[in-house]
Amino acid sequence: MFEMLTYPFMQRALIAAVLTGLTAPAIGTYLVQRRLALLGDGLGHVALTGVALGLLTNVAPLLTAVAVAILGAIAIELLRTYKKASGDVALALLFYGGISGGVLLAGLADESAAGLNSFLFGSIVTVTYSDLWIVGILGAVVLALAVGLAPQLFAVCQDEEHARVSGVPVRLYGILIAVLAAVTITVAMRTVGLLLVSALMIVPVATAQQITRSFRTTFAAAMVIGLLAAVGGVVASYQINTQPGPTIVMIALIAFAVTAPLAGILRLRRNRTYRAQEAT
Amino acid sequence: MTPPLAITGATINLGGRPVVQQVDLVAAAGEFVALLGTNGSGKSTLVRAAVGLIPLTAGEVQLFGTRLAKFHDWERIGYVPQRSTAVAGVPSTVFEVVMSGRLARRRFFGWKTAEDVAAVREALERIGLEDRTRDSVADLSGGQQQRILIARALAAQSELLIMDEPTAGVDHDSQDALAHTLKTLSDEGVTIVLVAHELGPLAPLIDRAVVLRAGHVVFEGPVDGAWDFPHSHEHPHSGEPSRTDGLSGEGMWR
Repeated sequence: MFEMLTYPFMQRALIAAVLTGLTAPAIGTYLVQRRLALLGDGLGHVALTGVALGLLTNVAPLLTAVAVAILGAIAIELLRTYKKASGDVALALLFYGGISGGVLLAGLADESAAGLNSFLFGSIVTVTYSDLWIVGILGAVVLALAVGLAPQLFAVCQDEEHARVSGVPVRLYGILIAVLAAVTITVAMRTVGLLLVSALMIVPVATAQQITRSFRTTFAAAMVIGLLAAVGGVVASYQINTQPGPTIVMIALIAFAVTAPLAGILRLRRNRTYRAQEAT
Repeated sequence: MTPPLAITGATINLGGRPVVQQVDLVAAAGEFVALLGTNGSGKSTLVRAAVGLIPLTAGEVQLFGTRLAKFHDWERIGYVPQRSTAVAGVPSTVFEVVMSGRLARRRFFGWKTAEDVAAVREALERIGLEDRTRDSVADLSGGQQQRILIARALAAQSELLIMDEPTAGVDHDSQDALAHTLKTLSDEGVTIVLVAHELGPLAPLIDRAVVLRAGHVVFEGPVDGAWDFPHSHEHPHSGEPSRTDGLSGEGMWR
């Protein structure tokens, strides 16, 4: 088992997994709180166009992906604020535009479907040193902002109107959250892949919040679950020779399934204590 | 002395329809003003415009003598939005939600101070839920959640408190608790603007009532008169319930 650590490609894949496992649930917590769980999915699709653009122009796909995903994030957020009613339609348009644009451009770049596959579902052998630098820097920026601006981001996601009356530039923070999600997607692209990155943002949060009572513990627990799923998934995908993305997501989903009955028992017990308190 | 809130000639269109027309409203320092009216009378719209959540079509809002567009001292204002729940997509504790009321006073990038924590505790003591600090807001009753939103506004320790129907859907005990809290604040000199369609135990605290109907001020004066007023303009087919039975406690000015 430990001999895999001697392979440089595995070392790189594991470092990328650690960064991905921590950042995706961190920003995912805000998305869930804002009830925008599917935003990551949409941005993942948009990022595919960015990847294809990179392949077509011979620029590092990570860089073009992050640029296009950020533009997509800003577009979605602006559409959401100015035309609230059609928010989900706007998201749908970006979904389809992103994926067809990506496959189309990749075709023009003579990239095979199998080549795109590694971007869609992750691939542990393809993480290069320069990828790792980009992933490391972007991941650190996302984590620093997600933790450092927690009071503001929490307030905006909790109650937008109240945050506005507290003097918080709500629109700006909304865009910041979408942009951080876009950056996270690029960070996670090599590990879980664009089509499954949203799962790593949402599933650990959904798992954590079955048991937690506070935002802070949900945030921290989701990061721990994400970390374990990402690292565990990369290791397992090496062992059983599968793609890392689906392996990571399956581990996260199993964690969710295991936690659910446990949470049910906890909730019952908590309710009983409340009733007992109120009776006295 | 500059009034904390001064609205002059406010006209607000929503979706092309005038919801508020040519309304003046002033809350003097230390005053407790109740903004009354049926659903759709424009009272919530007016206070939402007063704090900048929706734009004025015409007229002007001044907060503490500063035009709304230039106003930045948000820590001077505590706001309770019209809402029935304090629950968002992720679990949050009572402490966390009330702490978000400190935002206007907190440092931009940094930990909460002992002062922040003390203010949150004080706000929770004022509304009588200090023993639920560590509980998830989702585990609280609707009335308790409403009190949490009020505590969040109180945590800002502001001079002007604007509350949009804080008593809607709140049980009797919580209403009494709220009346007690507001009386203390009012005695301490806090200016309060309260939007409601029933006052219940709050009625004796009100200095001045302003009644809106169809976007116009139709009455301004003591609370007793406000309750009688719509009666003298009987509109049998307007769908408004009779005023007299709306007064007795439970309050149904819907």
